[in-house]
Amino acid sequence: MNQIDKHIGRRAFIRNTGLASGGLIIGFSWLNSCKPKSISAEQALEMPKEWFEINAYLKIGDNGVATIYCPNPEFGQGVMTAMPMIVAEELDITWKDVLVEQAPFNTELYERQFTGGSQGIRRSWKGLRMAGATAKQMLKQAAAAAWQVPVSEISVSDGVLSHEASGKTAGFGEMAAAASNMEVPEKVETKAVKDFKIISHSKKNVEGKQIVTGEPMFGLDYQYEGTLIAMVAHPPAFGLKLKSFDDSEVRNMPGIVDVFQINTYDDNFVRNFFDTNAFPDLVAIVGKTTWEVMNAKKKLKAEWEPISEKKLTIDRFGSISEITVPSGLESTNKHNELMEKMASQPGEIARKDGDPESAFKNAAKVLERSYSCPFLAHNCMEPMNFFAHVTDEGIKLAGPSQAPSIIESTLASRLDVPAEKIEIEMTRMGGGFGRRAYGHYAIEAALISKQAKAPIKLVYSREDDMTFGIYRPSYQATYRAALDENNNLIAFHVKSGGVPESPLFANRFPAGAVDNYLAEQWVINSNITIGAFRAPRSNFTAGVEQAFLDEVAEAAGKDPIDFRLELLKRVKENPVGEENDYEPDRIAGVLKLVKEKSNWGQTPPGVHRGVSAYFCHNSYAAHVVDVVMDGDQPRVEKVTCAIDCGIVINPDAASLMAEGAIVDGIGNAMYGNMSFTDGKPDHSNFDTYKMIRQNEAPKKIEVHFVQNEIDPTGLGEPPFPPVFGALANALYKATGRRFTKQPFSTDKPPLVG
Amino acid sequence: MPIITIMAKLNLKINGQVKEVDVDPSTPVLWVLRDHLNLVGTKYGCGIAQCGACTVHLDGTATRSCMLSVSMVGNSEITTIEGLSENGDHPVQKAWMDVDVPQCGYCQAGQIMTAAALLDKNPNPNDEEIEMAMNGNICRCGTYLRIKKAVKIASENS
Repeated sequence: MNQIDKHIGRRAFIRNTGLASGGLIIGFSWLNSCKPKSISAEQALEMPKEWFEINAYLKIGDNGVATIYCPNPEFGQGVMTAMPMIVAEELDITWKDVLVEQAPFNTELYERQFTGGSQGIRRSWKGLRMAGATAKQMLKQAAAAAWQVPVSEISVSDGVLSHEASGKTAGFGEMAAAASNMEVPEKVETKAVKDFKIISHSKKNVEGKQIVTGEPMFGLDYQYEGTLIAMVAHPPAFGLKLKSFDDSEVRNMPGIVDVFQINTYDDNFVRNFFDTNAFPDLVAIVGKTTWEVMNAKKKLKAEWEPISEKKLTIDRFGSISEITVPSGLESTNKHNELMEKMASQPGEIARKDGDPESAFKNAAKVLERSYSCPFLAHNCMEPMNFFAHVTDEGIKLAGPSQAPSIIESTLASRLDVPAEKIEIEMTRMGGGFGRRAYGHYAIEAALISKQAKAPIKLVYSREDDMTFGIYRPSYQATYRAALDENNNLIAFHVKSGGVPESPLFANRFPAGAVDNYLAEQWVINSNITIGAFRAPRSNFTAGVEQAFLDEVAEAAGKDPIDFRLELLKRVKENPVGEENDYEPDRIAGVLKLVKEKSNWGQTPPGVHRGVSAYFCHNSYAAHVVDVVMDGDQPRVEKVTCAIDCGIVINPDAASLMAEGAIVDGIGNAMYGNMSFTDGKPDHSNFDTYKMIRQNEAPKKIEVHFVQNEIDPTGLGEPPFPPVFGALANALYKATGRRFTKQPFSTDKPPLVG
Repeated sequence: MPIITIMAKLNLKINGQVKEVDVDPSTPVLWVLRDHLNLVGTKYGCGIAQCGACTVHLDGTATRSCMLSVSMVGNSEITTIEGLSENGDHPVQKAWMDVDVPQCGYCQAGQIMTAAALLDKNPNPNDEEIEMAMNGNICRCGTYLRIKKAVKIASENS
């Protein structure tokens, strides 16, 4: 039995928040044209005549049906189902009696309406449980008052309140009105893990039916009367800015309403951490339909000029820093030359244990290998877009965002309006992968609406989306390992860096397992913008570190799993240093599980196997990748995956997330590549930017979860990074080559045509 | 210089109904559906027929609507995701829900339309035939294995 103090999400539990009437925070009833629909797992619930709001997370109808609000924005990670499952569990209601709605964006009511960092469930776990448990307690108090019995004698199961001694029972609906007037309890009890009936029992995606029937759910589908379509033209290359434009031809084109310049923010504007933007000066074209605006944009004549080096002030959640943006037109070839140069020089030391210099000097065997990866575009299937309606009364926004709170704060500052006057509706996102944490497109939409004096929907073309920046950075790493004459790992050295960010995690495995350890890093400045991309930095570091460890294990004559387990045992028993930021037992746990489930050691004929394991975003994942050769072409036949993310809320959806991460990992390891020539992205659409497709996905994926009662950690990112390493290790077994340069398909000599 | 547009009134057969639209005849069917007919289930992904998000049926054949000018449609029958079934109970839609295919869901209307057209022509496709048919539809979330599984289930149930 757990007790949760109500300081968690305190404000969410104050009654009468006004949510039950439709979730509008400010007086914009005339804008309430596209209120999200309630949806239920069963799709056929009878609606109650009256709703009673219990707290910001749920309301209960007079017929016992509950509406549970999902506070976080959904981009495919499954929170719309998983978060209400947690509330429903503690409320003790039958899942079929639950309706789900996306909560309004409201920082007063909800603590972290942010999708990113695999933190949604982890950070909301206690608050969601408390929302359900306090509501249940209030229902019990209502029943106790009605029946004149002690509240401690009331029991609840599946939406029914009972008093055993008197034989009285009542459905939640009968007590909902009284419960909504009860005092919010100071402390509540939550269930023991063993008593879970909903959590850890797979539930279907509550929005499944809407998706497969094509209902409007996404930002791009957002409709509001009188809405105009807007597109923006940005410079064709990083390092350029708008000089002037000629709209004479465009203005007369059919359907075109207005053409003007906007400035998203100037160089003196203090930017939020997620306000990354290489192209703040844009030409906006506003018209009646998407096709007309697209055509007009092609006719726009603009002149661009080089940017000067500039300094920008960044407010990283209260910590102010200055970054330098260099001038110039950058190219991938030049980046690669610079990275090799940096790799050959000493870096900034991030961690040093023992005496690595002497250990390497006196080693019996030294291994060294360098790795690199290119920039990647996120390529969410739904291009960036946002609806905005700016009026004197306030600002209404709607669209796909992982971080609406950043949009609110930036827009409040940029337009000098109080945050209370900004309403943001969170639509379902057609993918995010980190990209939609960067909300410049919402600010652009608001600026365009303000100038056009009309509701507008800003739409990026695929080309706009792919060439606007905010990429996964290009990274490089050089690893060295020293073995003694008994093949013990006596020293380990990593030096890594990137354009324009280092991917180093100095305190992750194998730090802590080796007496002599050195971690160094370096950075090359760039005007090409970067952003979080599913498991930032880990998405490179995991793969190359795990590929290198495979090589070290081989040189030591050890099985790659046993080799890792030996090192982890060392960390467990006698760790080097105190800063190690992973739990060795949990890495060992996923390795052992994947070993068992993959029948490691009994590789079927014709199959070539690679293994990897990694910790990131508070969770642990290990993969065994099986590659077969189809002539001279390698093909991933099967992936076996083991994950420790604590309690799994919705197991089938969690498996789906891991399956997706594995396919995503194989796709980006094999094909993902954004390169640049003179500042210009070399790819702007899917004709040349290769995405993994159906026939390149593994034939089979098995996902296994470590069973434990640890509070949920995170899942969206952790299974992704280690895929790169397991694949590289399997490819080595299949081809005899160590693949070190991503994408592997073009690592010389080319692997596939 | 003013640009002269030629708008055209066209009668389109969409989802069993005749709809009149007054548009520039070069407009792709995708944008006629989305901007003029309020049928937004068909998605914009790339605009160059590379991703399959905009797939509709043209006389039963899976067709990329982003590069199909509305003037080319003529008397052909267009079916969109909204018209695939009356109540979302087409065997492919049901299989998609049974398997819980979608993550973000954005590409899935296109995937479903491609799969439905495949099964219409080849009710019992093997793995290779499914891969061939579905290869033009990108799923950025990587739900390919479930897509294949759902196609097989739909094949068994239809």
